[in-house]
Amino acid sequence: MDDSVQARNGRTRARHGLAQVRDGVRAYRLISGMWIRSLMAYRLSFAMTAFGNFAVTAFDFAAILLMFSQVDRLGGYSLSEIALLYGATCTSFGIADLALGSMDRLGKRVRDGTLDTLLVRPAPVIAQVAADRFGLHRLGRLVQGAFVLGYALVVLDIGWTPVKILMVPLMVLCGAGIFAAVFVAGAAFQFAARDAAEVQNAFTYGGTTLLQFPPTVFAKDLVRGATYILPLAFVNWIPALYVLGRPYPLDLPTWTAFAPPLVAAVLLALAGLAWRTGLRSYRSTGS
Amino acid sequence: MRVRTGRFRLYAAVARSGFRRYATYRTATLAGVFTNTVFGLILAYTYIALWDERPGLGGYDQSQALTFVWLGQALLTVMALMGGGFEGELIERIRTGDIAVDLYRPADLQTWWLATDLGRALFQLLGRGVAPMVVGALVFDLALPGEPGRWLAFLVAVFLGVLVSFAIRFLVALSAFWLMDGAGTTQVAMLAGTFFSGMLLPLNVFPGALGEFARALPWSALLQVPADVFLGKHTGVDLLRTYAFQIGWAAALLTAGRLLQAVATRRVVVQGG
Repeated sequence: MDDSVQARNGRTRARHGLAQVRDGVRAYRLISGMWIRSLMAYRLSFAMTAFGNFAVTAFDFAAILLMFSQVDRLGGYSLSEIALLYGATCTSFGIADLALGSMDRLGKRVRDGTLDTLLVRPAPVIAQVAADRFGLHRLGRLVQGAFVLGYALVVLDIGWTPVKILMVPLMVLCGAGIFAAVFVAGAAFQFAARDAAEVQNAFTYGGTTLLQFPPTVFAKDLVRGATYILPLAFVNWIPALYVLGRPYPLDLPTWTAFAPPLVAAVLLALAGLAWRTGLRSYRSTGS
Repeated sequence: MRVRTGRFRLYAAVARSGFRRYATYRTATLAGVFTNTVFGLILAYTYIALWDERPGLGGYDQSQALTFVWLGQALLTVMALMGGGFEGELIERIRTGDIAVDLYRPADLQTWWLATDLGRALFQLLGRGVAPMVVGALVFDLALPGEPGRWLAFLVAVFLGVLVSFAIRFLVALSAFWLMDGAGTTQVAMLAGTFFSGMLLPLNVFPGALGEFARALPWSALLQVPADVFLGKHTGVDLLRTYAFQIGWAAALLTAGRLLQAVATRRVVVQGG
């Protein structure tokens, strides 16, 4: 008797959770669709921002090309090897940025009190915050990263095995998951420190800039921090170096190259927890 | 004469409030310093790798190259290379029509915004420029000038750079009179600002004609020129020639802004209600 009640409760909770996710996805789709329509009202401006978004990261790559106009290797890596690192992290970051990039506006909403509007709407707050001012022009960044990744895969001379082939999409998707966790955690942090939105840039934009270059360029302590403390290394360094057949500067077992899904899942769970804590601690502004 | 000193006092007050406005947000300033420092660290290591491979690249030794990195982080917000100055606000005022109120004021539009921007730049220099530079100097071996004269020469170059930076962003903001939404032009300006100022890579590392071209553009007055003054690459008559380059661009772009402002304000149609 007791068992069946518990089972039923469990099932209801599971169904409830699933319904919540479905609600969230639906709200996200509706809100982002609205923002896309509104963005399209200023077409010239949209074209310019999308191109600009493409060009921002393209200029990052241009800087690397300019470096390679002066040298043949950087940190012992060739241009095409760096292109693989660059393409992988920029594509991952592009996906996360397209989906969740607006979350850094949360601090502003907390400050001016407009977050309250989102709280009374019958849709998950995180979906509303993520879709708020959804910027389709961010596709520019994603496309640029994908171009460079494609270029790297074509020019690199790799002994492809089925595992290595599978590793590439896995790396990009899990990397996106890891960056998504950073975006969510950054937004959660803004509940505590409203004006400190810029701190998160150090980990998002700073993170992807770090990962564009091979780990051999950086001081060991920085690499250790990016591996053990905030494990951004799992976005591309560790899996890409496995694909390239190069040793990672820290002594890690080979199986860690297959750990990105686990790392992404743990980080997303932690970020979700941080988000809940932040949202629960939110006390609206006074009148 | 009375009118002139009155005007000066007005714009001085506007500049002071521009300074105070940015100084109010201490957490945001701290957050910005943190982010600039992280970026400085990342870039510094890539420059070390580059200069290890090619010592003396672009006429810099390694410590000069590292100094360039930290100067870039220090001047990033001062020169509003990635935006974040007054232009967003002015664009919003043009879009909403609040600009009509500004045009009614007994003050000149361009000078008014220049005053606020000078106040902002001074705060960013003190609040966001000094701290990352100190961290950089503690972690790496930087080429800091020994003689006070060069520090002074650097500050003059920074001031002239802010004038050029303002003049560019004023033109960008006025584009909103025609486009209504300034996001596109702002972004294009930001791109040019990061690439041609030397923020991505010092302009003297750019190969051949591209380097010559980049060094002749106004954006080089924002970072490359002040950094080279700081590193002692321009002294004596050459220093004066460098200042003349900055003043020339500032004058040309400020005049262009003035002309565009005259054309734009003739276009303003305020909706009645």
